[in-house]
Amino acid sequence: MSNQGPTSATKKLVRKLMLAAVGMFGFGFALVPLYDVICDITGLNGKTSGQYTVAEADTMAVSDREITVQFMAQNSEGMVWEFHPNDMQVKVHPGEVKVVSYRAKNPNDFAMIGQAIPSVAPNEAAQYLKKLECFCFAEQKLEPGEEIDMAIRFFIDENIPEKITKLTLSYSLFDLTDYSEPAQEITAR
Amino acid sequence: MLPKAKLWLGLVVAALMTLSTNLQAAWELNMTQGVTQISRDTYDLHMQILWWCVAIGVVVFGVMLWSIINHRKSKGAVAASFHESTKVEILWTVIPFIILILMAIPATRVLTEAYDSSESDLDIQVTGYQWRWEYRYLREDANEEEVAFYSILSTPRDQINNDLPKEEHYLLEVDKPLVIPVNKKVRFLVTSNDVIHAWWMPAFAVKKDAIPGFINEAWTIVEEPGIYRGQCAELCGLDHGFMPIVVHAVPQDEYDAWYAGQQQAAAATRAAANNVVTLSAALEQGEEIYNRICIACHQANGTGLPPAFPALAGSAVANGDVEANIRLVINGVPGTAMAAYGRQLNTVELSAIITYIRNSFGNSTGDLVQPADVNTILQEAQ
Amino acid sequence: MSAAHDDHHHGPAKGLSRWLFTTNHKDIGTLYLWFSFAMFLLGGTFAMVIRAELFQPGLQLVDPNFFNQMTTMHGLVMVFGAVMPAFVGLANWLIPMMIGAPDMALPRMNNWSFWILPFAFAMLSSTLLMDAGAPNFGWTFYAPLSTTYAPETVTFFIFAVHLMGASSIMGSINIIATVLNMRAPGMTMMKMPLFVWTWLITAYLLLAVMPVLAGVVTMMLFDVHFGTSFFNAAGGGDPVLFQHVFWFFGHPEVYIMILPAFGIISAIIPTFARKRLFGYDSMVYASASIAFLSFIVWAHHMFTVGMPIAGELFFMYATMLIAVPTGVKVFNWTATMFRGSMSFETPMLFAIAFVVLFTMGGFTGLMLAITPADFQYHDTYFVVAHFHYVLVPGAVFSIMAAAYYWLPKWTGHMYDERLGKLHFWMSFIGVNVLFFPQHFLGLAGMPRRIPDYALQFADFNWISSIGGFMFGASQLILLVVVIKCIKGGKKATAQVWEGAQGLEWTLESPAPYHTFTTPPDPKLIHAQ
Repeated sequence: MSNQGPTSATKKLVRKLMLAAVGMFGFGFALVPLYDVICDITGLNGKTSGQYTVAEADTMAVSDREITVQFMAQNSEGMVWEFHPNDMQVKVHPGEVKVVSYRAKNPNDFAMIGQAIPSVAPNEAAQYLKKLECFCFAEQKLEPGEEIDMAIRFFIDENIPEKITKLTLSYSLFDLTDYSEPAQEITAR
Repeated sequence: MLPKAKLWLGLVVAALMTLSTNLQAAWELNMTQGVTQISRDTYDLHMQILWWCVAIGVVVFGVMLWSIINHRKSKGAVAASFHESTKVEILWTVIPFIILILMAIPATRVLTEAYDSSESDLDIQVTGYQWRWEYRYLREDANEEEVAFYSILSTPRDQINNDLPKEEHYLLEVDKPLVIPVNKKVRFLVTSNDVIHAWWMPAFAVKKDAIPGFINEAWTIVEEPGIYRGQCAELCGLDHGFMPIVVHAVPQDEYDAWYAGQQQAAAATRAAANNVVTLSAALEQGEEIYNRICIACHQANGTGLPPAFPALAGSAVANGDVEANIRLVINGVPGTAMAAYGRQLNTVELSAIITYIRNSFGNSTGDLVQPADVNTILQEAQ
Repeated sequence: MSAAHDDHHHGPAKGLSRWLFTTNHKDIGTLYLWFSFAMFLLGGTFAMVIRAELFQPGLQLVDPNFFNQMTTMHGLVMVFGAVMPAFVGLANWLIPMMIGAPDMALPRMNNWSFWILPFAFAMLSSTLLMDAGAPNFGWTFYAPLSTTYAPETVTFFIFAVHLMGASSIMGSINIIATVLNMRAPGMTMMKMPLFVWTWLITAYLLLAVMPVLAGVVTMMLFDVHFGTSFFNAAGGGDPVLFQHVFWFFGHPEVYIMILPAFGIISAIIPTFARKRLFGYDSMVYASASIAFLSFIVWAHHMFTVGMPIAGELFFMYATMLIAVPTGVKVFNWTATMFRGSMSFETPMLFAIAFVVLFTMGGFTGLMLAITPADFQYHDTYFVVAHFHYVLVPGAVFSIMAAAYYWLPKWTGHMYDERLGKLHFWMSFIGVNVLFFPQHFLGLAGMPRRIPDYALQFADFNWISSIGGFMFGASQLILLVVVIKCIKGGKKATAQVWEGAQGLEWTLESPAPYHTFTTPPDPKLIHAQ
C-alpha cells in the first residue's frame, strides 16, 4: 500500500484538518485580546479601564453614599524607587471628582524609567473606579535623585453596587530601565 | 477473633506505632475544621460531598463485587444477552444530575459567604517574595508610623540538612509572625513582588494566589486566639517549600499593645541609622541575617549554586570596592535572582550583612561597614 | 488474509532501516509502544528520585532546585512521552485492523510523526546535563516563573514542546483521516469498536488544543527573547492570562489521556464477561459530551487566582456536570459485568482495577469541583492523589490492560499468565499504597511540589514512598513478560480470547505484516 498515494478524498480532508490546526493556533493568540475585552467588561482581573474625559464626569450626579478608597503601593522585584501614596485613604461620594497623589523618588545615580500598573480590589469594583488623569498611563522617567508627586484624578461611578463600601487601589511599580543601553549614559556622567 | 490473629494484629499495630515519628501529630486523616465560620462551613461541605461519594461508591462497587463473585464462568454462570435499555440509561443520567444539584446548593451558599469581603475592620497587605512574606498594616493616616515587616522561615538550615534534630514545628516557624486580633474582620490584600505565590492558612480556609502586578482579596474572622500555621501553596521556585506562614490571633487589647510596640520599634530603627557598631556585633548579626535570607541561593559555605546563584567565597564583589558592594546589595542586580535589599533590610542590617560577607568564606577584607556608610549611599543621590 | 502472492505484500525489510523508513502501521505502532515504555521508565526514574527524597523529612539526596527539575521532568515525560505516545501506538496497531483498513491513511506522515518524538525528548532530557539545569517550573510552567525567572534552558523546553505538538497534530490528522475514509464496506460509524470512536473524538480534541499549546509556548518564547509582554504585568500583560490559555489546552488534554482508555476498557470487559457491552450508543454519546464539556471547564484549575464569583460558579457547575457522562460510563461497565460469565485473566484484572480506581479518582474530582472546598484542596497532595488516581490506575492501567489483551495478536504467543498476574497484583497494591495516603497528606495540609515537609506529614510520606518503590520495581515484570512473549510461548489462536469480538480477531496470530489489503467480508462486521 505504501507506494500508493492517499486518495483525493483523504487529501481534501487532510487539508481541512490542517487548516483547522492553523486556525486553532491563531485562536490561541486571539485569546489575548479576547481576554482583555472580557476583563474590561467584567473587571475579571481587577484592572481598571482606560482614561475618561471630564465631560463624562460632569454628567454624573453626586450621590450621598460614602465610599472609602484606600491606596496601596508596592515595588516589583528589582525596583529601587521609593514609592508610596501621600494619602492612605479618602472618603468619596460616587460622582464626586477627587485628586490624590503618589510620591516617587529615584535614589540611584543614573536615570531610570518606571511604570506603575494599577489593580483594584475587590475585582468587580474596578470598572466603577474611573480615572480622568493618572500617571499609570505613561512610562515615567526620573533623573538621579529626582523626586516627584504624581497625581490621580478619579471619580467613582454612581452605579457601583451597594455592597461595596470600601475599595483598594494598588499600584505596582515596575522597572522599565533598559540596562543594555544606558552603559554609556552612566559612564558619561 | 482467634487469639493468634489478635496477636498478629497487635504486632502490626505496634510496629506501625513505633515507626511513626511523631505520635501526636501523626495519622492526621482529614481536613481541619479550622477556627472560622467559613472554615467550618467548608469542612461540612467537604464531608457532605465525601459521604455522597462513599454512598455512590458502595452501590456501584457493591453491584460490581457481587457480579464478580457470583457471575463468574468458573461457577458455571451463563452470560445474559441484554445489552441496552434506554429507560435505565435515562435513570442513571437523571439521578446523578439530581444529586449534583443537591451538592451545588450548599456549595453556592458557602462560596457567596466567602466572597463577601465588605465591612472589614483591619486591612493587611500581604506580599509574596522569593521566598518570604511581607506584611504591611494599612493605615488611615500617612503620618502614623507604619508597621511592616518580613516573615521568614526560622527553622535552622542545620535541621533541614539533618545535622540537628528537628523540632516540633519544623519548617512551620517564622522569625516574625503575622499578628491579628480575634473576632475582627481582617481583610488581606494579597500580591507578589516577583512570581506567583499563594497565601494559604488552612485553619481559616483562606487560600489566595499572590500575583505580581495584581491584588487579590481574602478575609477572615478568627474566633479563637492561637498560633496558626500554613505554607505557600503555589510553586514559586527554589525555596517554595521553605516559606511558611504563621499567624498569631490574639485578643484585641493584646493586639493593640503589640501594634503600638511595633510602631515604637519602627521609629527606633530609623533613629539607629547613625549608631556605630563593633565588628563582632556586626559579624554576629550578619551571620544571623545570612542564614535567614542569603543562604538559600548563596549556600552555607558561600559557594552558591552557579551559574544562577554565584559564589560569594572569593567573589570580586565581596573582595573588591566596599562602595560597589554596598550598592549591589542595596540595588540588587537587575535581571537576576539578586533582589534589591535596600528596601527589605534596614541600614543596620545592611551594614551587618555586608560586613559579614566581606569577612567570611575565606574573604578577609577586614572591612567594617557602618550603618552610616550605608545610609550615605542610600541618601547620596539626593 | 495474508495474500502472500500479491506483489506489494512482501514482509518487512531487515535491520535498522526497517524501523527508520517503515510506513507500516504495525511497525510504527510497535515503535510508539517501545518508545512510550522507555519514557515510562525514564519518567518513573524521576518519580523514584522524588519519592526517595520525600521518604523522610529533611533534605537527604537532592537540592531543592534539582527536586523541582525532577517534578517538572516527571510530569512532562509521563504526559507527553509515556501516556500519549502509548495511546497513539495502540491506535496505529489497532485502528486499521479494527475497521478493516490496509494501513493508516497517511503512512509517510505516520513515520514522520513518530520519528520527531525521540528528537523532542532527547532535546528536553539534554537540559538535565546542562549547567543551567532542566526546566524547574512544574509541568504547568506558570508564567512568570517560566519566563522572566526561568533557567536559560527554557528555550529547549519550548522547542521540545513544539515538536511534541507537531507530532501529536500529525498523528491526530492521520487517525481522523483513517477513521473517516478508510473503513471497510459495512463498517458504519455506529458499528465501530468504541476504541475507534473514543480515539476519533480524542483526535479532534488534540487537533483543537495542541495548536493552542503551541501558541502559548510561542508567546513564552517571545516574552523570553523578544521583549513582548504577553504574561508580564510590567508591559501591560497578565500572568493569569497564561493560566487561562494553558488550561484551555490543559483540560482537554486530560481527557485526551483518558478517552482512549475508555475505549480499551469497553473492549476488554465485554470479552471477559462474555456479554455484549451494555449501552454502546450511550457510551458514544457520553464520550462526545465529555469532550464537549472539556472545553468549558478549564478555569476549575484556577479557582484561587481571584476570579469574580460569577466565573467561579460557572466553572464549578460546568465541572460538576462532567460527573454525569462519566457516571454513565461506569454504570455501563458495571451493567456489562452484571450477569455475565466472567473470567479473570490479566487484562480483565487491569480493566476491573481501572473501573474501581478511576472511579475513585472521579469522586475526588467531583470534590475538587466544589469551589469553596477546592480552596482547601488546591495545590495540595489531595490534588496529586486525585490526578495520579485517574492517570496511573486510570490511563496507565488501561494501557497495560491493552498490552496484555492484544499481545498474543501482536506476537503470536500467549504471555506468561502467572507473571502477568504477579505484575497486576504488585502494581495494584503498589499504586494504592503509593497514592491513597496522599489524600490524607493533602487534607492535612501538605502542599504539592515541596522537597521537604513538616513532621506531621512524615508517616504517610514514608508509606507512600514504599508504595512508590514497589510500584516502580514491579514495572520491570512487565518488561520481562513482553520480552518472553516476543521470544516464544504457547501459540496463540486467531481468536485468542473466547469472548473477543471484532475484526482484529478474525486475523491469524501474529497478525500478518499486511492485513485487509482486500476489505473483509461484511458478514464479519457485527454491531458492538
